[in-house]
Amino acid sequence: MFEPNKYETVVGLEVHVELHTKSKIFCGCSTSFGAPPNSHTCPVCLGHPGVLPVLNRQALEFAMKAAMALNCQIADVSKFDRKNYFYPDSPKAYQISQFDKPVGEHGWIDIEVNGRTKRIGITRLHLEEDAGKLTHIDGGFGSLVDFNRVGTPLVEIVSEPDIRSPEEAKAYLEKLKAIMLYCDVSDVKMEEGSLRCDANISIRPYDQEQFGTRAELKNMNSFRGVQRGLEYEEMRQADILDSGGKVVQETRRWDETQGKTFTMRSKEEAHDYRYFPDPDLVQIHIDDEWKARVRASIPELPDARKARYTAEFGLPSYDAEVITASKKLADFFEESLQYTKDAKSVSNWIMGDLLGYLNAGGLELEDIKLTGQGLGEMIGLMEKGTISSKIAKTVFKEMLETGKRPQQIVEEQGLVQISDEGAIAEVVDRIVSANPQSVEDFKAGKEKAIGFLVGQVMKETKGKANPALVNKLLLARLNQ
Amino acid sequence: MALFDLRLQEVHNQLKKKELSVADLVDASYSRIAATDDSIKAFLTLNEEGARAAAADLDKALAEDGEQGLLFGLPAGIKDNIVTEGLLTTCASQFLRNYDPIYDATVTKKLKAAQSVTIGKLNMDEFAMGGSNENSSFYPTRNPWNTDYVPGGSSGGSAASVAAGQVYFALGSDTGGSIRQPAAYCGIVGLKPTYGLVSRFGLVAFASSLDQIGPLTKNVEDSAYVLQSIAGYDPNDSTSANVEIPDYVSALTGDVKGLRIGVPKEYLGQGIDPKVKEAVLAALKQFESLGATWEEVSLPHTEYAVATYYLLASSEASSNLARFDGVRYGVRADNPDNLLDLYRKSRSQGFGPEVKRRIMLGTYALSSGYYDAYYLKAQKVRTLIKQDFDNVFQNFDLIIGPTAPTTAFPIGEQVGDPLTMYLNDICTIPVSLAGVPAISVPCGFADGLPVGLQIIGKAFDERTVLRAAHAYEQHTEHHKQRPRL
Repeated sequence: MFEPNKYETVVGLEVHVELHTKSKIFCGCSTSFGAPPNSHTCPVCLGHPGVLPVLNRQALEFAMKAAMALNCQIADVSKFDRKNYFYPDSPKAYQISQFDKPVGEHGWIDIEVNGRTKRIGITRLHLEEDAGKLTHIDGGFGSLVDFNRVGTPLVEIVSEPDIRSPEEAKAYLEKLKAIMLYCDVSDVKMEEGSLRCDANISIRPYDQEQFGTRAELKNMNSFRGVQRGLEYEEMRQADILDSGGKVVQETRRWDETQGKTFTMRSKEEAHDYRYFPDPDLVQIHIDDEWKARVRASIPELPDARKARYTAEFGLPSYDAEVITASKKLADFFEESLQYTKDAKSVSNWIMGDLLGYLNAGGLELEDIKLTGQGLGEMIGLMEKGTISSKIAKTVFKEMLETGKRPQQIVEEQGLVQISDEGAIAEVVDRIVSANPQSVEDFKAGKEKAIGFLVGQVMKETKGKANPALVNKLLLARLNQ
Repeated sequence: MALFDLRLQEVHNQLKKKELSVADLVDASYSRIAATDDSIKAFLTLNEEGARAAAADLDKALAEDGEQGLLFGLPAGIKDNIVTEGLLTTCASQFLRNYDPIYDATVTKKLKAAQSVTIGKLNMDEFAMGGSNENSSFYPTRNPWNTDYVPGGSSGGSAASVAAGQVYFALGSDTGGSIRQPAAYCGIVGLKPTYGLVSRFGLVAFASSLDQIGPLTKNVEDSAYVLQSIAGYDPNDSTSANVEIPDYVSALTGDVKGLRIGVPKEYLGQGIDPKVKEAVLAALKQFESLGATWEEVSLPHTEYAVATYYLLASSEASSNLARFDGVRYGVRADNPDNLLDLYRKSRSQGFGPEVKRRIMLGTYALSSGYYDAYYLKAQKVRTLIKQDFDNVFQNFDLIIGPTAPTTAFPIGEQVGDPLTMYLNDICTIPVSLAGVPAISVPCGFADGLPVGLQIIGKAFDERTVLRAAHAYEQHTEHHKQRPRL
């Protein structure tokens, strides 16, 4: 049993992120996902005899951008090395990677857990090529290999062992994902494999200085899976230590359906990758001007935006955190603000109606037709008194489904609020005359009776009467 | 005079005057091959159908007075580690005996653009590993001067074919001497350009930081023409140099007055055959008489060059040759038990003993715990060797010495003794490690076998190398000697 008071958990994460460049890192083949097997290949990425790699500059700049966004120091001189291993997913039998001169080092990101901010160190970020994809045929008849993915640029981001709980691990991944999305260097979709995460985890008694023996966890397919895998591993290692045993250094595979981890290979089976500088590629010299140019392409990042939203718009910290976690959502928010000044109202609609709708349908922002402009204009119509908040709900629903502008919806469906005092007074007169009992009740001090009368007026006007005016005129009429 | 002994300009004149057709040249090539290759064994694959079709196209172009490439109509042989689309490229290895490439090397494309005609693919030591062509997994090539002797290697097929008059010129590759040494053994001209001058794209890699493609020709002028056609920056090769390509042919002025030549004492010391030394000294005297000066210099780290080379080249080779696993191309072993067994069997059956020896040596040198002592140390020594050359070139225009310490040796003599075999490259390996250009030109005979003179230049100064080689050649008759076949 893992008791948080007895053991401290130490986690370091190795995250692979696919960079969404148009072409592969060392050849001109497309990187798009979902093409027929082996259709995006050429002699270079198939590792034919005699071919040579040529670095895709875009991939390097994406890696620089990502490293800068993670507060890394960018190398002045970077280079590529060969990581040698035999496996059918690796056509050259080596992976071009970076060993001792990664693009970025010594970075950090801040995460927030239970309202407290914590800084997690980034050891390094390096650039490398992805491997192919193997499919094993049922019944042991063989394996199929698809080389479309081979040569897709990847960055590997290695954290310091600063993470102290599975929850922090999840928060780290979410922040990392948000930053990559802001930088627009990756789709960061764990289910499509454009983000992959391995975790090193050990536990130690609180009074122990050195780290415990770690296990490396693989095969987690979601952030939730990472958290669950780590939680399981905390328990497993605590049980071993509690019973006087020793944790073995090994690689373990997380099984999502069983909710357990299993031994994959021990330390003794670890590869000697025989890294050495790739003689087919030249050293890369990154001067200050180049760095500055790449740095200038990084947009405002989530932490900065969050700070701005709380300071400038007075949004609650929680709302600002939720909205800035996704660049698309934050951009949506800011687009709305071009059409209304009421940031709090925009935030409320996003936090409530919009996210509620998306979550209920399992949808992404890009799946719906509503735009930031639409929401902003709708709130503008409310501010002008053209529509009531009640009508706004109808308009909002219509915008989600059709993407029509609010003004158009209001006109087409005749939803314009009646703010003409004379017109409302007429209806009020009629309703008061038709409901003497309610008038009596009101005059006898039953305040609730007015609610019934307001409802009658709204019903008569099909909900379009300005509720504030209805209240005012009704009160005036009753107090005559 | 044999057709292929005509100067390039003369061939082109005769073609223009319709005294000769490309078909005639191609016929001459295949006739000569038919007459001589049973004893020489220079070719692994012939491209007869393709060559005759190409000849017909070129003759048609000629009739229409179309623009003519620099190597128009010339029959060429290509070393079998240079990739040719649709024409088997085996690297003289059983592993690739069925490898039919799906693309052309950059030099193959350049030859097509220069309009030479590819006659076939030339024998070599397997994966360019060796100095005698005895490591070909098909059959050894024989020296046209004496078929009991090796032609040198690894571009032995290229050198023997040119020497035997089967092709007008050939391409080879040089990693530690593989163009220059067989050129010397076969009495022809072989040029290893500066590393980075000729694209390596499509050259099946042996040691990526050393490999260079270059011409093997009967004379220096042809060498300049072929180099002109194949040199140049290639965006497909990151190590290719983005330098302007000068006119090489115009460098052949015949004038070497005032050239300062350094002669490394290490190249004429222990282990050198006295007759080779004598020929080299005679050549230096010739240069003197042409107005050049020479003096003895030192390349002090020469003694470490062979060890350095075998560590670095083998390390790179161990990784470069890992892609041959029987999965995607080449020969796959039958009935493997599992994946590992597939790799083991395919590689055990596919590679010959010398290739295996170097893969194991390189794998060892890169292994965890040995990397610093071997690979890294060798890299440092390589820097020192390069500095040796930089130092001498501060005061000298060229470095001259023998290409190889001896003339060709009898087939079979050194097969069981790889270390002696490795020492044949003592004069060529340091040049490869330094990355500078060098040419081997015939400078005499010892016991009926050709001796080669090595002229080494500064990086990208092929013009001076060619100029000196050409001037020397103009005043000697060695390059005009032909083996009797």
